[in-house]
Amino acid sequence: MIGIEHYIVVSSIIFVLGVLGIFLNRKNIIIILMAIELILLSVNLNLVAFSAYLGDLTGQIFAMFVLTVAAAEAAIGLAILVTYFRNRGTIAVDDVNRMKG
Amino acid sequence: MDYSTSLALLAPEILLAVSGLVLLLVAAWGGDKIARFNTIAAAVVLGGAFALVAPSVCAGASGPDAVAFGGQFRADAFAGLAKLMIFAASGAALVVAPRFFGRVGATRAEFPILVLFAVLGMSIMVSAADLITLYIGLELNSLAAYVLAAIRRDDERSAEAGLKYFVLGGLASGILLFGMSLTYGFAGTTNFGGIAVAVADGLSTGQLFGLTFVLAGLAFKISAAPFHMWTPDVYEGAPTPVTMFFASAPKVAAIALLARVSLEAFGSQSLAWQQIVIFAALLSIVIGALGAIGQQNVKRLLAYSSINNVGFILIGLASGTLAGASAMMVYLAIYVVMTIGSFVAVLLMRDGNGDQVESVSDLAGLSTTRPALAWCLMALMFSLAGIPPLFGFWGKFVVFQAAVEADLIALAAIGIAASVIGAFYYIKIVKVMFFDEAVDTVTGKSDTPHWALLAICALLISPLGYLLIGPLGNLADMAAASLAVAF
Repeated sequence: MIGIEHYIVVSSIIFVLGVLGIFLNRKNIIIILMAIELILLSVNLNLVAFSAYLGDLTGQIFAMFVLTVAAAEAAIGLAILVTYFRNRGTIAVDDVNRMKG
Repeated sequence: MDYSTSLALLAPEILLAVSGLVLLLVAAWGGDKIARFNTIAAAVVLGGAFALVAPSVCAGASGPDAVAFGGQFRADAFAGLAKLMIFAASGAALVVAPRFFGRVGATRAEFPILVLFAVLGMSIMVSAADLITLYIGLELNSLAAYVLAAIRRDDERSAEAGLKYFVLGGLASGILLFGMSLTYGFAGTTNFGGIAVAVADGLSTGQLFGLTFVLAGLAFKISAAPFHMWTPDVYEGAPTPVTMFFASAPKVAAIALLARVSLEAFGSQSLAWQQIVIFAALLSIVIGALGAIGQQNVKRLLAYSSINNVGFILIGLASGTLAGASAMMVYLAIYVVMTIGSFVAVLLMRDGNGDQVESVSDLAGLSTTRPALAWCLMALMFSLAGIPPLFGFWGKFVVFQAAVEADLIALAAIGIAASVIGAFYYIKIVKVMFFDEAVDTVTGKSDTPHWALLAICALLISPLGYLLIGPLGNLADMAAASLAVAF
C-alpha cells in the first residue's frame, strides 16, 4: 500500500535533486532552469498528495496556481537568458562573473 | 460578507491592476515615444492608490471588517501602513528613473508598467491572509522585478544581474513553496487563522519543517544572511533607479509579510521561529558590517548596508511582541527614506560626460567640489550608522527597546556592538569626502527632480524628523494592533 509518506519521500528527493542541480551544476544555465522546474514539480506532487490524503480541494487549487506561475517564470527566465546570450555570447555558468560575489 | 464589500476593500489593488493593463496597451500602441506619458500616468495611479489606502491606516482598520474574500485577504492597518511605504518608495523610483534612462538611451515605455505590476504584487503580499494569496503576490512582485533588473537589454551587467536575480529568486520561491506545501499538509489548511488553530498545541515535526522552509524562503526575499549572496551582485548590476526600487519597496513588503506569517500563523509558537529570526538578524548585522569593508563600488556598499539594516529590522521581529512589530514598522519607514536618499545621491554622482560614476574613490574631496551633495550624503551615512542627532538613531533605538522589553538583552547588546562595527565604513565614506585630496570627478550637471528628492530625504532624516516621532509611532502602534495575532 502506497501511503502519504511515500509521496513525501519522493517529493523530497525530487526537491533535493532540484536544489543540487542549481548548486552543483557547472555547465549551463538551461540546466538551472530545468532544476527550478523540478523543484516546483516536487512541490506540486506534495500539494496534490496532501490534497488527496486530507480530502481537501485547496491543495489541488494551489497546484493549479503553481503550474500557472511556473509557466510565467519559465518564460521570463528564458527571455532573460536570451538577453544575456546576446550580450555575452555564452550561457556557461562559469562565465557569469562580470561582478564578483 | 458579500462580493461588493470584498471588492471595495480591494479597491487599491484593482486600481493598480486595471491601470497597469491599460497602460500596457498604451505602451504597445505608442511605443517608447510615450514613455514619459506612461511614467506620469503610473505616478498618478500610485498617488490614487495611496489616497485609497490612507483612510484605513488613519482609522486603524482591523477585525472582521477588514477581511475580504472569505479570509484570503486582509486590508487592515498593518497592510495599509506597509502599502503607503511601498507606494511612496515606488513613486520615488518613478520620479528619478526617466532622467537616468534618458541619459543612457534606454528609455522604455514598459518600465513604469513593470513597476506598477511589482507594486500590485507587493500590495497583495502585505495583505495576504492565506498561503495561496501570499504566493501569488510574491511571484507577481518577483517576476516583474526580474525583468526590471535586466531592463537595460544592451548592458552586460544589467543582463547578468537579471539572470542572477532570476536563478536565486526562483530557488527562493521553490524553497518557500516547499515549506508552504508541508505547512498545508501538516496543518490541513492554507489560511493563516486555520494554521494558528492547528499549531496552537505545539508544532509537529512536519509543521516545524514547513515553518523553517517558509522562513528560509522569505529570508532570501529580504536578503537576510545567510541568504544574502545575490544582493551585492544584483544591486551593482541593475540600473541605479531599479536598485533604489529593490532596496526600498520589496523589502518593506517582504518584511511585513514575514511579520504577518510569524505572528498571525505561528504566533503561538514564537519560541520555534524566534531562534531562527535571531540567528538571521545577528548574522545579517555582522555580515552586512564586515562585507561592506573594502568595497570600492558605492552600490555594492549600499547593498551590504541594506543587509545590515535588515538585521536590525529582524531584531524588532525577534522580540515576538506587538511592540516589536510596531518598532519594526517605524524602522522600516526610516530605512526607506534613508535608502532612497542614498541612492538618489548615487544617481547625482556623474562625471563631465554625464556618465554615472560609482566608485568610492570618485567621492574624494566632494566637500570642496560639490558641498551640498557632500553634506547630504554625510547626513545620510551618519543616519544609516545610527549616530544620534539624526533620525536613523531613532529607528535603532525603538527596535533595541522592543528587544530589551522582551528580555532579549543579549541580542540587543550584540546588536549594538555590531552596529559600531558597521559605523566604520559609513564614516570612511565621510572621511573620503571631507578629508581626501579632491579628484573632481563628479562634475556632471544635476537634475531638479533628483535634488528635490534628495532634499526631502535629507530633511526627513535631519533632527527635524524627530517631530514625526509621535505620528509615526501612533500609526505603527495602530498597525501592529490590527494584526490578528495568535498568542
